[in-house]
Amino acid sequence: MSVEKSGSLRDRFKLGLEAPICLTWELTYACNLACIHCLSSSGRRDPDELSTAEAKALIDEMARLQIFYVNIGGGEPMVRSDFFELIDHCVAKGVGVKFSTNGTRLTKEKAARLAATDYVDVQISIDGADAVTNDAIRGPGSFDAAITAMENLYEAGFGEFKISVVMTRQNIPQIDQFEAIAARYGAQLRLTRLRPSGRGADTWDELHPTQAQQRELYQWLLDRPGVLTGDSFFHLSALGDPLDGLNLCGAGRVVCLIDPVGDVYACPFVIHDDFKAGNVRSEGGFTTVWRESDLFTSLREPSSAGACASCGSYDACQGGCMAAKFFTGLPLDGPDPECVLGHGESALTSVPVTLRPAQGLDHSSRVPVRSGR
Amino acid sequence: MTKPWGLHPQVALRDEAFGALAYHYGTRRLVFLKSRPLVELVRSLGEHDSAAAAIDAIVDERERPSYETALARLATSEVIGVR
Repeated sequence: MSVEKSGSLRDRFKLGLEAPICLTWELTYACNLACIHCLSSSGRRDPDELSTAEAKALIDEMARLQIFYVNIGGGEPMVRSDFFELIDHCVAKGVGVKFSTNGTRLTKEKAARLAATDYVDVQISIDGADAVTNDAIRGPGSFDAAITAMENLYEAGFGEFKISVVMTRQNIPQIDQFEAIAARYGAQLRLTRLRPSGRGADTWDELHPTQAQQRELYQWLLDRPGVLTGDSFFHLSALGDPLDGLNLCGAGRVVCLIDPVGDVYACPFVIHDDFKAGNVRSEGGFTTVWRESDLFTSLREPSSAGACASCGSYDACQGGCMAAKFFTGLPLDGPDPECVLGHGESALTSVPVTLRPAQGLDHSSRVPVRSGR
Repeated sequence: MTKPWGLHPQVALRDEAFGALAYHYGTRRLVFLKSRPLVELVRSLGEHDSAAAAIDAIVDERERPSYETALARLATSEVIGVR
């Protein structure tokens, strides 16, 4: 048996793992912002949200599965009154925490508390390099609140936190400015892909990058291997050399999502019944859902390249993102809607917007929300 | 290779069909061990007086260079180190 079976790791990952590598756990659907591209259509707390005791039991299960870190999000996770209790429990059990926040609750006091906690990474979201661009997506006051949170972390000596940006048609021209903001606070930049999921379905047509911008972004990322992407732009690898990462749709294979009520979905971008594998409250818990659910079993079976089979770039892009295809009404075994070779655009013209699938749960606030503390 | 080696105290291994995942809680990096024999070798390092002795005990002579390379790579990412 050879010691290094290079190149085969991606194939092994397709078959699934004992436990996920990248587990996202959304603690709550409650959010004090109402971003127009929110993947989880967050706003109102779900009354069926996991209790503190249930959440702690789930953390214990993650520890038993040797899930080394969990990506915590929401909603806005910091609005949960037991937020620190839960992250302390994670850390005590050896489950590192990477959490995403809009920063509105990240006061000086909380920044100091986070700086004193080992194994916690913080990711602050902005979607524009200035208030005008950012607030058009995330709401009035949200840019200033995020910058204040960054200042608080910086002054508390937190160290290298992350600044997370969803790439849009409006903010790709600001990409160098994002890098400058990150440098100012000693932060690491993380860029991710816009998905037509949740409220993002309603805004994707206006927000998603142009083909020229995708090429620009690809080159920019190739030149900066230190910029994090959560492996989210693997569809761009069809442009040439592969980007850093596994270049694989990890849904149900290495990735999954646990939502605030304990439902387990194939990935954070498909909160929809078609991609729901089970619930952590059922017998056998998360472990059984991950290892035995019909949905995850089927996602680990060899998939057909379908309409992409004749394309020479399929090996590079793997047909792109399942969620992006699903929510734009495209077949899952065909091109990504943002296929860099243009196959997605032509496929999209045959799907009327009215025939795109309905979104799953909607926790959007019924009244307009204001940002602030 | 002549020194006593072992798993870094801040590293945890999770067995997988292809080998194992190694997570370093200090550097927060995930490293893949891409074969079961390599995992066995890494786990056994602590029981031997030197990395070379651990290799002698498990690895076929012909495959020795590839295991030395793999250990060197794991040492660079601080998954293993001198005890």
